[in-house]
Amino acid sequence: MQITITVNGAVYKREVEPRLLLIHFLRDDLRLTGSHWGCDTSNCGACVVWLDDIPVKSCTVLAAMADGHRVLTVEGLERGGQLDPVQEGFAQCHGLQCGFCTPGMMLTARWLLDHHPDPSPAEIREAISGQICRCTGYENIVRSILWASQHASWGQPDAGGDPVNGGGDPGGAEVTA
Amino acid sequence: MTGASSAAGPTGASGAYGPVRRKEDARFIRGRGLFVDDIQLPGMLHGAILRSPLAHARILSVDIASALAHPKVEAVITGATLAGRGLAWMPTLSQDVQAVLATDKVRFQGQEVAFVVAQDRYSARDALELINVDYEPLPPVIDAERALDPGTPVVRDDLPGKTDNHIFDWEAGNEAATAAVFARADVVVTQDMLYPRSHPAPLETCGMVADLEVISGKLTLWSTSQAPHAHRTLYALVAGVPEHKIRVISPDVGGGFGNKVPVYPGYICAIVGSMMTGRPVKWMEDRSENLMSTSFARDYHMHGEIAASRDGRILGLRAKVLGDHGAFNATAQPTKFPAGFFHIFTGSYDLQAAHCQVTAVHTNKAPGGVAYACSFRITEAVYLVERMVDLLARELAMDPAELRMKNLLRPEQFPYTGPTGWEYDSGNYPRALTLAMDMAGYAQLREEQARKRERGEYMGIGLSFFTEGVGAGPRAHMDILGLGMADGADLRVYPTGKAVLAISVQTQGQGHETTFAQIVAQELGLSPDDVEVVHGDTDRTPFGLGTYGSRSTPVSGAAAVIVARKVRERARIVAAAMMEVSADDLDWTGGAWQVRGDPEQSANIAQIAMAAHGSLELPEGVEGHLDAETVYNPPNLTFPFGAYICVTDVDPGTGVVKVRRFIAVDDCGVRINPMIVEGQVHGGLADGIGMALMQVIAFDENGNCLGGSFMDYLLPTALECPSWELGETVTPSPHHPIGAKGVGESATVGSPAAVVNSVLDALAPFGVRHADMPLTPANVWSAIQGRPLRTDLAVS
Repeated sequence: MQITITVNGAVYKREVEPRLLLIHFLRDDLRLTGSHWGCDTSNCGACVVWLDDIPVKSCTVLAAMADGHRVLTVEGLERGGQLDPVQEGFAQCHGLQCGFCTPGMMLTARWLLDHHPDPSPAEIREAISGQICRCTGYENIVRSILWASQHASWGQPDAGGDPVNGGGDPGGAEVTA
Repeated sequence: MTGASSAAGPTGASGAYGPVRRKEDARFIRGRGLFVDDIQLPGMLHGAILRSPLAHARILSVDIASALAHPKVEAVITGATLAGRGLAWMPTLSQDVQAVLATDKVRFQGQEVAFVVAQDRYSARDALELINVDYEPLPPVIDAERALDPGTPVVRDDLPGKTDNHIFDWEAGNEAATAAVFARADVVVTQDMLYPRSHPAPLETCGMVADLEVISGKLTLWSTSQAPHAHRTLYALVAGVPEHKIRVISPDVGGGFGNKVPVYPGYICAIVGSMMTGRPVKWMEDRSENLMSTSFARDYHMHGEIAASRDGRILGLRAKVLGDHGAFNATAQPTKFPAGFFHIFTGSYDLQAAHCQVTAVHTNKAPGGVAYACSFRITEAVYLVERMVDLLARELAMDPAELRMKNLLRPEQFPYTGPTGWEYDSGNYPRALTLAMDMAGYAQLREEQARKRERGEYMGIGLSFFTEGVGAGPRAHMDILGLGMADGADLRVYPTGKAVLAISVQTQGQGHETTFAQIVAQELGLSPDDVEVVHGDTDRTPFGLGTYGSRSTPVSGAAAVIVARKVRERARIVAAAMMEVSADDLDWTGGAWQVRGDPEQSANIAQIAMAAHGSLELPEGVEGHLDAETVYNPPNLTFPFGAYICVTDVDPGTGVVKVRRFIAVDDCGVRINPMIVEGQVHGGLADGIGMALMQVIAFDENGNCLGGSFMDYLLPTALECPSWELGETVTPSPHHPIGAKGVGESATVGSPAAVVNSVLDALAPFGVRHADMPLTPANVWSAIQGRPLRTDLAVS
C-alpha cells in the first residue's frame, strides 16, 4: 500500500507492506536510525516518537496507521543547527551512557516540558516511567530534564507554527522514493 | 596517599581530570550513534533463528523444503548444514562445547535449531514458520537441586561417557582450619539462600552484520561485542578463517553488562550465512530471544554458615554452593576460576578461617552464568556474606552496623591476604562505613523505625559493605580461552601535538572516549579535546581482552598511562636536543619539559612533537616521532569497596516494598572523571533494586522460561528508583599507576544485599528470617505468612 507520512517536516511517499511497523519504516526505509527498537512489547520506550502531537511507541504502531500524519523523531529535535534544551540537558547532566534509550527519553521529555514547563522531579519520573534505561539509574535523566526546564526552548509552539514540523530542516520539502 | 583528592594526578599537572562532559554525547543526543542494527550494506540479507519450543527433546527431523521455496529466502542453515562444515558445535568460554544449531537434541527452550537468510527482516521471520521440526519430547531437568539425583535424565549425553549432570566440584580456603574455628565458636548461624537466575537485558539486544568479501577473503563483522579481539581469535579458531583476514568492529553498543562477552550461535550463523550467500548478512535478536537464550547470570543455590564469639567477633565463614550452569557450561570467566571469584566471599571482614565448596550442574536451561556486572561472581559472594552478617547480628541481638564496624578490616592490615588467598591492595573500610552512616543519619533512622513499629508501620534499614576484586588480571593466573588478560595501548602524537590513543577495551556506555582522553591529557599536559580515542575495531587497535569485570580502568587505564609516560620520556630526549641540554637536566613541570632552574626554557608536547617530526638532528634513543606502544599485565587485581545503606517501607497488607532512600559510599581509588563514576554507580544501584525486588528468570516444570519478555521480566523504572545519595572516599590502589581501581560493577555487586537486608529488617517483627530474591509483593506477603516463595520455579 502507498502511504504518505511527514517526518520531521519532510513528506515521504512510500510503498509499504500493511504490516510494516512504524519503527522499521523509520529506521530501515527512511534510514532515520536515531529511534531504536528495544523490546517488541511497548515496555522499554526506546522507539518513542511523536505521532502528530503525542509520544507513541513506534514498535506498536503500523506505518500504515501513520499515513497522513506527522512524525517527530530525535533527528527533528535540533533546529537550524541549534540543539533543543532537552538535548543540551542530557549532555550537561550526564543523562545518557550507552545512548540507546536516549532518543525516546528526550522525545518524552520535550512533550512533558511543552505541557508542564516546570515539572517536579516526581512528575518527571512519572512521565518517563513507561521507558527503561539500563545504564543511568534515572537520576541524571531527571536532572537533565530539570535542566532543560530551566533553559529556554527553541520555542514550540512558536512563530514557526506547527510544533512538530515548523521551522525544521529540511523545511517541508517533498521527498519521494 | 590515602585521602588524596581525586583531581591530583601523580604528575602534579592538573586540569585533565574532573567532571568533563562526554565526547560521546554529541552523536547520541542527535540520534547519530551507529549501532549494529543501524548498519545497512548494499545487498545485505537478513537472518532469523528458529528456536526450540521445548526444553528437552530429541530432534527426529528438520524439514526445510517449504522455507527454501519461499521466494525471498536465500538460504536455510540447519545443524546438518553446519556439521558438514565442522561448525555444528563451538567451544564455550569454559572448556565446554555448545551447539551452534542443534543436531541431536534440544537442551533448553529457545535453543537454536535453524537459521534462515532472506531478503528482508519480515520474510526471514515468515520462513521460520515454514520449517517443520519433528521433536520427541524428553523429560526436562529443571530443578538444579535435583539435577544430581539418581535416575535424572542426562542433559549432556553428547559428551562421551557422560552419565549424570555433574560439571565440576571446586573449593577454596582451608576446610580443616575452618572446622576448628566453628568447633570453638560460641555462636553458629546457618542459612540457605538462592541468588536467582537473572539477565542483564541491555536495551540493545545482541546482533551482527557479517560481510565476507569473496575476492580478498576478508571477513568484516560488525558485532555487539564487549571483547572484539577475543572474539576475532575465537572466530579464527572456530570458522577456520585466518585471523588476519577477520576484522571485528564493535560500533556503538547499547549496553552490555556482560551480556555481550560470550560468542553466541547467532554470530556463527550470520558468518556462515555470509559465506554461503556471498552477501552481507544481518542478524539481530528480538527481546525474547535475548532473554531466553543469551547468557543469564547468577543462579547460585547457597548454604552459608557463619561462626562468631558471643561478643560479636566473627571467626569463620563456610559456604556450600550449587551452581546451575544450564545446558552448556558457557560461563565467561578466567579459566582457572570455574566459580569465578566467588571465593572472595569473606568480604570485608577480618576472620580467622573460611572454606567454600562449589558444585556445578547442567539443567535444561539457557547457558551462561557470569554475565551481569557481577565481577565474576563477586556479587553472589557479597550477597552471601552480607546476609550472613545480618543474620548473625539478629542472632546476637546486635545492631548490624555495630557488628560490621567491629569486624571490618582495619586500614593498617593492608595489603591484606584473606583466608582464601586474595591479596587486597588498599582500603579504609571504617571510614567509608562511618561516612555512609553519617549521610544516612543512622541513629535517627533507627529511632524512626522504633517509633513506626509501635504504630504498626514497617520500615527497614539495610546495610551492605562490599569489597570487589576487579581488573583481571595477572596473566600468569588469568586467561580466557588461553588468552592472557593483558591489554595493549598504542599512542600516536601527530606533529601538531594532537594525539590518538588506540585501546583494546571497548565502551558500551562507560565513556571511554572521554575518560581515556583525560588520562592521556593528564600525562602529556594536553587538553582532553586534543586526544582522540580509538576503540572497538580490531584492525585499528592493539590486542586485548575487552571490557567486562570492571577491567577497563584498572587494566587499559594503566596501559594508557604507561604508554603516555613512554611518549613523555621520548619527548624528554627530543626536548633535550631542542634546548641543547642534557635530558637529566629536564623536569616535567606544568605540562612541559623545563630546564631545571630556568623556567624560561621549556617545551610542551606540541612543540616537541613538531621537532620530533622535523629536521632536528635526533639524539641516541629516538628514531623519530614520539609514538609508543605498550602491553599492560596487571600485577594484581584492584579492590574497590563501599558501604551502602538502603531504607525501605513495606506495606504488610500488599507486600509492596518502596525504596525510600539509598545511600552509597564508594571508594574506587582515584576518580578520573567523577561525573562518569557517579553515573556508573547510579546504574548499578538501579540494578540492585531490580534484582532484589523485581527481576528473575524462572521456569515452570516443563522448562518454559517465565521471564521471556519485558512484560514478565520486570526491570526497574524511574518510579522504583529513589534519588540516589552518593558519597566517596578515595583510597588509591598502590600498584595502579594512577591509583585508580575501577567502578563499573561496584554498585551492582554491593547493592542487592542492602536492599534485601532492608526488607528483611522491616519484616523482623513478623519473625521473618529470610526470603529469597526477588522480594516481589507476592513473595513478601507470603514471607509474612511464614512461607516465602521458591523464586526460581513456578510451583504448581
